[in-house]
Amino acid sequence: MVDNPLTKNIDRSRPPLEIAAYEAADGYQSVRLIAKGLSPEDVLQQVKDSGLKGRGGAGFPTGLKWSFVPQGDDTQQQKYLVVNADEMEPGTFKDRLLMEGDPHLLIEGVIIAAYAIRASKAYIFLRGEYVASERLLRRAIDEAVASGFLGNNILGSGFDLELIVHTSAGRYICGEETALLNALEGKRAIPRAKPPFPQVSGLWGKPTIVNNVETLCNLPGILTYGVDWYHSLTKGSDHGTKLFGVSGRVKNPGCWELPLGLPIRELLEGYAGGMQDGLALRGFLPGGGSTDFMLPEHLDAALDYDEIAKLGSRLATGTMIVLDDKTCPVGMVGNLMKFFAKESCGFCTPCRDGLPWVEEIFRDFEAGRGNEKDLQILHDHVDYLGPGRTFCALAPGATAPLGSGLKYFKEDFERHIKERCCPYRH
Amino acid sequence: MAKIVIDGVSYEVDPANNLLQECLSQGLDLPYFCWHPCMGSVGACRQCAVKQYRDADDKDGILVMACMTPASDGAIISIEDAQASSFRADVIESLMISHPHDCPVCEEGGECHLQDMTLMSGHNYRRYDKKKVTHRNQYLGPFINHEMNRCIACYRCVRYYDDYAGGTDLSVQASHHHVYFGRQADGVLESEFSGNLVEVCPTGVFTDKGFSKHYTRKWDLQSAPSVCVGCAVGCNTTPGERYGTLRRLVNRYNSEINGYFLCDRGRFGFDYVNSEQRLTEPVRLLGSESQTLSSEELAETLAEFSNSGAIGIGSPRASNESNFMLRCLVGQENFYSGFSDTEHGAVQHIIELAADPAFHCPSISEIEQADAVIILSEDVTNTAPRLALALRQSVRNKALSLAEDCHIPRWQDAAVRELAQQQRSPLCILSSYATRLDDVASDTVIETPRVLSAIGFAIANKISATAPAAGATGEHGELIERVAAQLMAAQRPLVIAGTTAGNTDLIAAAANIARALQENRGDTPVDLCLLVPEVNSMGLGMLVNQENTLGRALEKISSGAVSHAVVLENDLYRRADSAVVDAALSRLDNLMVLDLLDTPTTAKASVVLPTTAFSEHEATYVNYEGRAQLSFQVHRNHSAAKPAWRWLNGDQECDVETMVNRCSSEARGFDKLGQLLPDPAEFVAGMKIPRQSQRYSGRTAIKANLNVHEPKQAVDPESIMAFSMEGISAQTDAAFMASSWAPQWNSNQSISKFQEEINGKLKQGHTGTLLIEKRAASGAYLQAERAYPDISEGSLEVVLAQQIFGSDELSARSNSIQERMTDPYIGISPADARAHGVRHGDMVSLDGIDAPVIVCIRSKMPAGVAAIYCGDGEINPHALPETISLGKSESTVGERGIRGLIISDVLEDYSP
Amino acid sequence: MNKQIIASSGQRARQLTAAEIADIDHEMGIYPDKQAVGLEALKIVQKHQGWVSDESLLAIAGYLDLPAAELEGVATFFNLIYRQPVGRNVMLFCDSVSCWIMGCEGLKAHIKETLDIDFGETSPDGDFTLIPVPCLGDCDRAPVMMVGEDLHRNLTTEKIDEIISHYRRGEGSE
Ligand SMILES: Cc1cc2nc3c(=O)[nH]c(=O)nc-3n(C[C@H](O)[C@H](O)[C@H](O)COP(=O)(O)O)c2cc1C
Ligand code: SF4
Ligand code: FES
Repeated sequence: MVDNPLTKNIDRSRPPLEIAAYEAADGYQSVRLIAKGLSPEDVLQQVKDSGLKGRGGAGFPTGLKWSFVPQGDDTQQQKYLVVNADEMEPGTFKDRLLMEGDPHLLIEGVIIAAYAIRASKAYIFLRGEYVASERLLRRAIDEAVASGFLGNNILGSGFDLELIVHTSAGRYICGEETALLNALEGKRAIPRAKPPFPQVSGLWGKPTIVNNVETLCNLPGILTYGVDWYHSLTKGSDHGTKLFGVSGRVKNPGCWELPLGLPIRELLEGYAGGMQDGLALRGFLPGGGSTDFMLPEHLDAALDYDEIAKLGSRLATGTMIVLDDKTCPVGMVGNLMKFFAKESCGFCTPCRDGLPWVEEIFRDFEAGRGNEKDLQILHDHVDYLGPGRTFCALAPGATAPLGSGLKYFKEDFERHIKERCCPYRH
Repeated sequence: MAKIVIDGVSYEVDPANNLLQECLSQGLDLPYFCWHPCMGSVGACRQCAVKQYRDADDKDGILVMACMTPASDGAIISIEDAQASSFRADVIESLMISHPHDCPVCEEGGECHLQDMTLMSGHNYRRYDKKKVTHRNQYLGPFINHEMNRCIACYRCVRYYDDYAGGTDLSVQASHHHVYFGRQADGVLESEFSGNLVEVCPTGVFTDKGFSKHYTRKWDLQSAPSVCVGCAVGCNTTPGERYGTLRRLVNRYNSEINGYFLCDRGRFGFDYVNSEQRLTEPVRLLGSESQTLSSEELAETLAEFSNSGAIGIGSPRASNESNFMLRCLVGQENFYSGFSDTEHGAVQHIIELAADPAFHCPSISEIEQADAVIILSEDVTNTAPRLALALRQSVRNKALSLAEDCHIPRWQDAAVRELAQQQRSPLCILSSYATRLDDVASDTVIETPRVLSAIGFAIANKISATAPAAGATGEHGELIERVAAQLMAAQRPLVIAGTTAGNTDLIAAAANIARALQENRGDTPVDLCLLVPEVNSMGLGMLVNQENTLGRALEKISSGAVSHAVVLENDLYRRADSAVVDAALSRLDNLMVLDLLDTPTTAKASVVLPTTAFSEHEATYVNYEGRAQLSFQVHRNHSAAKPAWRWLNGDQECDVETMVNRCSSEARGFDKLGQLLPDPAEFVAGMKIPRQSQRYSGRTAIKANLNVHEPKQAVDPESIMAFSMEGISAQTDAAFMASSWAPQWNSNQSISKFQEEINGKLKQGHTGTLLIEKRAASGAYLQAERAYPDISEGSLEVVLAQQIFGSDELSARSNSIQERMTDPYIGISPADARAHGVRHGDMVSLDGIDAPVIVCIRSKMPAGVAAIYCGDGEINPHALPETISLGKSESTVGERGIRGLIISDVLEDYSP
Repeated sequence: MNKQIIASSGQRARQLTAAEIADIDHEMGIYPDKQAVGLEALKIVQKHQGWVSDESLLAIAGYLDLPAAELEGVATFFNLIYRQPVGRNVMLFCDSVSCWIMGCEGLKAHIKETLDIDFGETSPDGDFTLIPVPCLGDCDRAPVMMVGEDLHRNLTTEKIDEIISHYRRGEGSE
């Protein structure tokens, strides 16, 4: 049995598998199951049983999310499935790998998810800069349509599905699922209030599920090889495999599919080859730019949603950004703050007006103009921009590296003030 | 009802509302920006944060936005919680980062919601010492100034302008802290309701341009509760005066009528009051000589008029008191209406229908509750604008009911809109040209008057077979079925027609539809809204005998039967064919005209008496519903102008109370008018209600350059209001409140402190009383009566078009309104343009009419119909024949032209 | 209601080309709502014209009967819609965290110097417009940038020089 269901077909040195080869490698088996009579309820149950958690960042159980969609025959209205392929979280490079490496896997996942919620139309909301993904996805969709996996009455099952690639006009906030829906509707991508959740009133006011690319790519394996197999993939508390990436000044940066529950050390020192010569590990963001810093002392923790949460951070996208001892932590946080400030949608006050202030303060620190008063203001903003304060999770995401950075790299901030310059740039 | 606990105190609240609204309803102070009492919540500003606890044992709680949290039973919250308070202070600090702090030169200063909330939230010192964000301002037309640097990005402007008022040319642009609220490019704000931005914006981004030129602080404005005289809706207003000029006019909350919003005609159409052209002296005119009348001469003149059996011609723009006093002076038999003859008939008809128990004439707030509407050829945006804004809310009832089905609370504004998308309650518009409400209409039928009327009758007939059908309805069978079904299915259907379309058949058809619906529904009266054009059309209609039309008056004069006539605040050249008026007036020995500005009629007078404007006297008016309202004097007129009723009473000292009481006891139908007068028992020890605020500082500065002594305040013996800041506080009775003000609340948002609950009645109710008594049901359906002209080859059937800026005589003389007016035009279909070989913008002459008009080619016009806008008196509509043909005109388009015309279906690029 | 008759800006819509109209019409079949097509139309016009001028924006608004103000609000929200003219090659230079750690600041300075323009500007010869872009999702091969549709990874100053001369020669995207 396969133990790398997400990447088994991926070989970066060649183009992705065409449909015949993909089918030969157990591809589209799950769609055939549907044609053989697997009901949407069965699919939902299996996904619930699998324990799959969303890979888009929040880690919400996928089956549970689907179950909020109104089901049954009295809900004949249009429903939508939307693939979140906006990948713009700094340091995150996993969905691109999946889409460029094995587009049919995503398409198969889309068909299953759409079938489970009885959506007849699905959109892939694709980051505009991902031109290669777009090309490959469009070609794969054409193949899938030609083979009867998409379109009307799929394999005679009576199920119709149209799959459309939508390329984003750009902005990080489009990744937030409700802002994404607004962007798809051709509106300014500001998030929507929840409740109502998209499952009840989503795209054009209709029941909608938004799932991350990687989440959906888990589905073919679950249906094809079964829930038990899925559970066997991991020893930790979370199920399945996950794409883990490492970037920064390590010997071998990259992205690998690994079982959840793997110790961080194995990822960092094993797969990524450890720090480059002459550099030592200062800390790392475990799952993209909006997660809290972790320290070398945390290296033995398991890469599990709950484990990482216990240590005050989040597994989120599972793509780790590594900070070495020759790189300025203040500069690194400052870089992230600039990103978040610019990417704020401008709807709610704390994020819109708070982040640019934070950004300005970091610019002053860089330029040797840092002072105690401003340092206090940074501390204040950690609370002020935190969860529940803002309209969506963008600003709270920013407070993760900010708050943990202020805590773990306190003396670096102070040295910037004392030495009136960035001490890493002597 | 639900029970919630706020800071340890238990309150009974409505669980259908959110916590912010309920906190404010309870009189608690909780700051907010993006929420608005009638626009619901979006949760953008984060200013209304409170602490919410899971249960009594939860000591930590979490911060929630009060506006986004339902006031569910058992909720425990704290406003005072330290974390919540400090978060609110942080939000203000953020909002003030780039705010210019230009309060001393900002016209919003002193009534700024941002100032109030800043103080309330406890943010004092600016810690921000980096660069501020700055913006470029836009030119937005004659009404509104734009100062984007003051923006705090609460999103209220676009939510109001686009979502609430249906505007399309204001938007939010860019993102993060560069968000910008403006138009795509500089240009006039197109919405007829743009002025409300001034009050909706919590700070000084959108300000009143006219007021800004010479602004004064709210506390230095002398004001009084007033009623808008722009149309028959009778919105409640607060005009503000300083140093003898009326500076601005703002909304005065009335839960039944205008709520929080006015139209731009009402808000900006007042400054004719300050005009240099005001009449100031009572004069006798002999040829080109004019001679000021002394008081003795005046008395003699009045005696002469009343002794000579003069006839009096009243006016729909004059108050009840003035019309009544004219009637007293000349006697009821000699009192004639100042309407055109068609309008006279229509108004009489409407008054009769209003007394029919089968019908209910809905208030503006009731109109908002309609869930299926049909409009029979009344261009409400241009004739009763505030009503159009209400209709824009009524079509949302569908969205609200969908939301209810999905358990989305109605105050979740964005969510409700998202859920409903384009789904709206049915609104069917029958019209001879596209109207400004078409964008929210489910059906728009553009047809000739004959067909429109036939469709109207057919719908009634479809609802009840006893209602007569009339005439051919063309291809509209399916529509008739559909609309009839929609109206029958509705919980609160509404039928609208009016006099300005000039087709009485449509009023009959409207009444039939409403009657048929009522027949189906049994007892409940059906909403039938029949519109009249002017502030006191209804009052005049009730005062005048049915047979006393203007036409009869003019005939009588022409026949030589009378030698003297008195015309009250009326330009007869707008009411009848000029030739007929000329012929009549030339037969008179003496014509007395009372008015506030020169008109073609005053030019024919031998005696002219200057009258006061709406803000200079106390008076009552009757709106389209038959609701009488009392409007107070704001300021004094320092010339010899007097209220017309006072002249007509022989210039005797007499107060409005006496007038109202006399009218109430002597004029049939007016017996409830007396109820408008404040109950003297309310007024402690004879104290009056101050027109000046307790903070009025201008008083000591008046003429300070000449004399540092404070001049004695003028005494007003005629009113319960005083030209002073002394007296009983307005809080005693909010119904008589000049402008709203409460501790910590200096802006108009303070109104919540005077409401029974948010959006409810004022604590002491509103002044105003419905005059029309229902009488026994007649039950009779009406018949179509009008004979429609046969349209011969090349001729066009005339329908009249109205313009919000221009069709009202007085507001048309205000400066900013004039900038929005256009010249007279003729709207025709592309087919007719082709047939006549004319292009858009050509000047043409209409047969029999002196003034040329501009061709406006409209895509949504039936062939064979010409929609003529007569301008501000340039063309006499009564001189227009029923059909007309076009001729080439050599004249060139004037400076004004029709560039400023805002209608949706103009084909500018069309050429034959 | 959307037709703007008061045109104080004096700006007029241009005529959309047949190709643009065909592309826009195609999108109408994909989205159930014209507002969604509005954003697609902005992208389409940009594809054909390189950027979205006021005249183009008004043309789209006219064609789809969408309020120009609303379309402007959308166009100015998204960062891949250019409301100013751009050069023949748009350089999207990633300046997010992984690239920053891998030294993109130095490369940034090098590009600015070589092209003699700042971010947000177009080189005088019209060859390049330099725009910073958030994380391009290729962090294991940082620093990265996109020129036109091509992704360039593991950048160094030498590589950047090569890339610039490659596009200068007009070889463009493959
Ligand atoms: C500011 C912000 C950006 C986000 N960006 C992404 C993204 O690029 N891709 C993604 O899958 N999820 C993103 N998310 C998470 C989504 O909102 C959502 O939780 C996710 O798409 C759900 O999919 P899942 O349940 O399959 O994880 C973002 C969230 C926020 C608050
Ligand atoms: S936190 Fe607020 S301003 Fe920031 S992106 Fe979310 S909604 Fe927009
Ligand atoms: S008033 Fe509640 S968030 Fe603005």
